[in-house]
Amino acid sequence: MHSLLSGNESIAQGAWEAGVAVGAGYPGTPSTEVLENLVRKPGVTCQWAPNEKVALEVGIGASLAGARALVTMKHVGLNVASDALMTAAYTGVGGGLVLLVADDPGMHSSQNEQDSRRWGPFGKIPVLEPSDSAEALAMTREAFALSERLDMPVLLRTTTRISHGKGLVETGERTEPVRRAYTTRRDKWVMMPAGARKRRVDLEKRLAAATAESESCAFTRTELRDTAIGVIASGAAYEYVREALPQVSTLKIGMSFPLPEARIREFAAAVGRLYVVEELDPYVADAVRAMGITVQESGLSRIGELSPSAIAAAFGAAPSETRDPMSDEVPPRPPMLCPGCPHRGVFRALREMDAVATGDIGCYTLGALAPLNAMDTCVCMGASIGMAHGFALGGGGTGKRPVVAVIGDSTFAHSGLTGLLNAVYNGGNETIVILDNRITAMTGHQNNPFTGRTLAGDPAPDIDIETVVRALGVRDVRVVDPNLLRPTENAIREAAETAGISVVIAKAPCVLLTRERDEPFAVLSGTCTACGLCVNLGCPAISRDEGARARIDAELCVGCRQCVQVCKYGAIVRAGRACEVKDL
Amino acid sequence: MSVTTVMLVGVGGQGTILAADVLAKVAAAAGLDVKLSEVHGMSQRGGSVDTVVRFGEEVHSPIVGPGGADHLVAFELLEAGRWLHFCKPRGRLIVNERTIDPLPVLIGQMGIPTGIRAALEYEGAVLLDAEGLACAAGSPKSANVVLLGALSEGLPFSADLWREVIAARVPTRFVDANLAAFELGRAACEAGSCR
Repeated sequence: MHSLLSGNESIAQGAWEAGVAVGAGYPGTPSTEVLENLVRKPGVTCQWAPNEKVALEVGIGASLAGARALVTMKHVGLNVASDALMTAAYTGVGGGLVLLVADDPGMHSSQNEQDSRRWGPFGKIPVLEPSDSAEALAMTREAFALSERLDMPVLLRTTTRISHGKGLVETGERTEPVRRAYTTRRDKWVMMPAGARKRRVDLEKRLAAATAESESCAFTRTELRDTAIGVIASGAAYEYVREALPQVSTLKIGMSFPLPEARIREFAAAVGRLYVVEELDPYVADAVRAMGITVQESGLSRIGELSPSAIAAAFGAAPSETRDPMSDEVPPRPPMLCPGCPHRGVFRALREMDAVATGDIGCYTLGALAPLNAMDTCVCMGASIGMAHGFALGGGGTGKRPVVAVIGDSTFAHSGLTGLLNAVYNGGNETIVILDNRITAMTGHQNNPFTGRTLAGDPAPDIDIETVVRALGVRDVRVVDPNLLRPTENAIREAAETAGISVVIAKAPCVLLTRERDEPFAVLSGTCTACGLCVNLGCPAISRDEGARARIDAELCVGCRQCVQVCKYGAIVRAGRACEVKDL
Repeated sequence: MSVTTVMLVGVGGQGTILAADVLAKVAAAAGLDVKLSEVHGMSQRGGSVDTVVRFGEEVHSPIVGPGGADHLVAFELLEAGRWLHFCKPRGRLIVNERTIDPLPVLIGQMGIPTGIRAALEYEGAVLLDAEGLACAAGSPKSANVVLLGALSEGLPFSADLWREVIAARVPTRFVDANLAAFELGRAACEAGSCR
């Protein structure tokens, strides 16, 4: 049956068809929807882990038991999980173990660009790279069998355009794999030096077998057309090359580690000038050059995404006829905190306090933007707490600028706990604000250990952040509703003045989670003095009119009352909507 | 048949993704190859979003560069300006006349360029009040389907096929409103100069 599926939906379908029994991961754009789709299918147990390392360990355990397991994460998540990955190559697998890692060239929703193909040679892990949804399904299905044949975990690497692109795929039925019963094998699974040295030698044999698999891999295709130019490409870049340069010969690489050296040599010999077109790092190009094969320089950027038009231009095609751009005159539109977002109350307070706020990863990173300008750093998951502590140790944050770490509930579960333990243990004096909006919001509302719900939506034990924080040794803990601006500011100020580590839990659900909209507010223009206090909350619903007075867009306003609390003139009042949903 | 490219641009949260999904399903139901590209994540928090749907006999790339779109559907006036050069010189421009102030405008750092509406009209854009028509249809959230109605006038798919896919894709209690929104968008385009 043909369906229009995203790459992520196709990966879930392929895993299900391959008889996967366990799925584990941590949400991260663009990987998130894989488990969200897999959990809805029968015969699979799926879970969100607190972080990617735990997710991979769960996957390794399931594989040890003989089940097929899928582990999902974004590129930066694999940095967290890499400790487990590097040794999993040594132990090998029981049931097939497939690790989906989704890269984000162009950083649509990430803090850096990484080329995860590099984990192949670095970790000695086979890497498969689909070019569209249909291939994502077929490759995922095959990846489990490959993992079992090779006794190696297999890395399935996508990029944003593959994971979030959609295409037509043919779906099939589920095949239950023959499960291998668990037997104790300490020689394979206990990686103490003596055992690890033996597995290290064995790994080379498995890598040789993987190279043979790559040479015969059906997802790698030599397509000879005009042989004057030959292009080696993989992933999204392959489809762009087909679009931009339909006449050139192509070697489409499906398995990008180990690379099929014989097929590359054969292709290079069959074409005139050889190019490699790839996004991000010159991973394939460097490897081909290391084989002693001449690769022409295309001049394509190694920064950000490729596109068919960029490739066409690099190969000398005339650019498409376009209309005159108007884009230079249009103001930029960066993302912003939603109308009614509870985080706004915390950032307003931090701005008023002129705090040095070390930040973290989530929607709330947007608190760094004008007009809130209330966050100083964003590096990686959980960094806020460790960096606040180090900043104080380094002599920062003295005088009138208190050091405040800002971290979300899911990020706190991911890797904030250890940072907090460190700060308490080492006698820190910082304040940590935990933005507890009851969900992992940025990636599209996934549950986490603090939401009381599992990935499947079932009830989970109610793990209370306040109790956890106190158990980690924090004595000064306050819980506030960040929608109440003055009490929130007071709580953070008092916490900052209290000696030792203080934690403020700003607890209010994500405004998109409840979807409740109160009557919108409107500005009495005769009363408004154009002071700008409400505008400086950075709410998408509030702007200035021609006379610089505030005005509220009734379609965007959710009636949260944050602006009412900052208006000194009583100029903001309830108003009706122009158009209501009819009860149909 | 060569490949047709439709680009849907707007502001995160306006429903471009659902609209693109409906279009792609219509093309697939008509027996064509189809690819779609969209971006989730941070841009959905009120940022500029672009979604591309391409259909034809065989589609390779899900994305296009400047001058690559046969139809540009802008869910917001400023986004029409931002993405105008992605529309082919003889491509169709369908623009929702609503503006949503971006951050630099909200906080008074920048203004909305004067004359953008006139410039788009000069470019041959069909401007319509999608929110107004959506309200008339019974659901303000169906503005995206109003725009699909306007788009449908220039695409080789039957109105029945559109209705079938829309009815299957939107929540049951909003089916009637969305079908009404589709008709109003289609009629608005018939009345205007949509080709």
